[in-house]
Amino acid sequence: MVENFYRALYRIRRVEQEIARVYPTDIIKSPIHLSIGQEAVSVGVCEALQPSDVVFGTYRSHALYLAKGGDLKKLISELYGKVTGCAKGKGGSMHLIDTAAGFMGTSAVVGTTIPLAVGYAYALKQSGKDSIVASFFGDGAVEEGVFHETLNFAALKGVPILFICENNGYAINSHQSKRQPMDNICERARVYGMPAERIEDNDIFEIYERVERASSEIRNGREGPRLFECMTYRWREHVGPNEDFDAGYRSRSEAQPWFESDPLKTLGASLEIDRRGQIEVDVEAEIYEAFVFAEESPFPDEDELYTDVFTEA
Amino acid sequence: MARMLTYAESIREATENEMARDSSVMVLGIGVDDFKGVYGTTTGLVEKFGTDRVVDTPISEDAMTGVAIGAALAGLRPIHVHIRMDFLLLAMNQLVNIAAKGRYMYGGEVCVPMVVRAIIGRSWGQGAQHSQGLHSFFMHVPGLKVVAPSTPYDAKGCLIQSIRDDNPVVFVEHRLIHYQKGHVPEVVYTIPFGQARVLSEGSDITLVGISHMAAECLRAKRYLHDMDLRAEVIDPVSLSPLDIDTIAASVEKTGKLLVVDTAWTACGASAEIIVQVTERLGNAKTECRRMGFAPVTCPTTKNLENHFYPDAQKIASVACRMVNGDRVSTVVDRIPDFSIPPEVSPESVEFRGPF
Ligand SMILES: Cc1ncc(C[n+]2csc(CCOP(=O)(O)OP(=O)(O)O)c2C)c(N)n1
Ligand SMILES: [Mg+2]
Repeated sequence: MVENFYRALYRIRRVEQEIARVYPTDIIKSPIHLSIGQEAVSVGVCEALQPSDVVFGTYRSHALYLAKGGDLKKLISELYGKVTGCAKGKGGSMHLIDTAAGFMGTSAVVGTTIPLAVGYAYALKQSGKDSIVASFFGDGAVEEGVFHETLNFAALKGVPILFICENNGYAINSHQSKRQPMDNICERARVYGMPAERIEDNDIFEIYERVERASSEIRNGREGPRLFECMTYRWREHVGPNEDFDAGYRSRSEAQPWFESDPLKTLGASLEIDRRGQIEVDVEAEIYEAFVFAEESPFPDEDELYTDVFTEA
Repeated sequence: MARMLTYAESIREATENEMARDSSVMVLGIGVDDFKGVYGTTTGLVEKFGTDRVVDTPISEDAMTGVAIGAALAGLRPIHVHIRMDFLLLAMNQLVNIAAKGRYMYGGEVCVPMVVRAIIGRSWGQGAQHSQGLHSFFMHVPGLKVVAPSTPYDAKGCLIQSIRDDNPVVFVEHRLIHYQKGHVPEVVYTIPFGQARVLSEGSDITLVGISHMAAECLRAKRYLHDMDLRAEVIDPVSLSPLDIDTIAASVEKTGKLLVVDTAWTACGASAEIIVQVTERLGNAKTECRRMGFAPVTCPTTKNLENHFYPDAQKIASVACRMVNGDRVSTVVDRIPDFSIPPEVSPESVEFRGPF
């Protein structure tokens, strides 16, 4: 398990570092929202899910996409605007999708996918499947009315869903305390009658264990929904490849404890050196290949502009 | 030397002027007080006017629009800033059902003096949900005024006019013109609603460019000039109310009208302008065309994005064929290659954020 976690964390971290490294060359011609520092949430949750389970995410979803098993080559190609991308180059970083992996798509508009996830879960339950859905969103999204409207419905209908709030403390450059009178996202879920737990410290094992327990309970007939508020921290700027500790809205010292408790670091240190080395070599090769693949892939033809407006019979 | 400001600076200056002049003016919106200051359009305001009048809001567009309307009912003059026009879709109920209608349905008992600043976020792969020009939605609704100035000069005058108006005004800004510089006098001035601006005179064809497309039309005019065609370029500035007098007078002179929008054409501002001109002139021989986004969702990848948007070359190509009498297919989605060399507008080449 530790090896799997480490591989997944390392892979996501390194993919995003590579994205950040090439970004200044302008080969990626669209905005990117990096999850560097927050990978443990996606990995912890997705390791506890089944392949047939489904997730919905936000514009900050490179990590979730990879953790859920999304195709790496298609991810990089999408960022490069290539026809081999997961959305043929038409969606970009904010609109990732890999239906084969149960990654059902992301939106650039805050809060938008929360009810989509519930609708999907409702349909799964209706059709008697034992799959469940996880809806990922940020601490800012709970300020949208749609969050509350959706929780109300999900609880009313006992929909098999996990709400995963990735609380990184900020919405763009605004701290949670500047936007919400109380630091009580879990309580807000409980008033609709669903169990809700906060998981501190970006703790991948805690996230895995609690999500694993909750999801098997839901699968075994105990009704959803549940909410988990996973405390984490974004290391880079809201959008773009750089750090922004000099921008004035937060300090490096605030980030320091998160750097120190970085699960990638602690897990890495606990692995036997050869095993760890092998994992890293394998992952690096895969990443290198994916970037080469993306680079060598063609851009979509002009005709592609007009396809997929409608589903054709 | 003329005093030069960017479009963004001119918005900031207008806001600061009005806040200093009238203590009922306030600014609210996501990130209006942060270090990026919504592309610099709100920078420094919180330091000067404090957090009661410059309010960073939760991410709650629907509620915050209602809050702004409520504050306006009580006599404040809120300026609600949206960094993407797309986010107004979350505020439609409040804008369309209350802001637009309050005055009328309450029999003139109340007024809703508010400005909704909506930025169209084209460029740098903004894609499906961060690039839409939805101004025609608002033009459709009685009770809302809609302006989309394209120069720093008009931006300042229009914003001051909008703030002072006792009605809700949707103020449309295009991000690619935020960094364009132009002459902006230091004095306070207003630009009245319903007054189009003839940016450049000509006799062969009338080009009407909305928002950023006004700049593309001026560029197209230069191409056409090389082919001995004289285009008249008009910026409507105010979309609702529309100044059809100015546009129709131009079309009467040129006999040809090409309207270019930074939006889709179906049921759009371009359709509205053409219909109103035809109704006014009652002349079936006037040749009219419109151009806008391709009738698809905005793609992120650059090569498709370039085909998605109208640009100077495409505008000149269509205009040239209209003047030369070639029949252009009715829907101008795909324009065959044309003899002028492609040139992407410098503002979209240079743009590298911030986002
Ligand atoms: C409806 C809507 N309003 C505003 C925005 C602009 N915006 C983009 S990301 C963001 C912050 C969201 O914060 P949070 O939910 O905490 O997610 P995080 O970025 O921290 O992952 C905002 C306000 C948006 N995309 N959609
Ligand atoms: Mg956040």
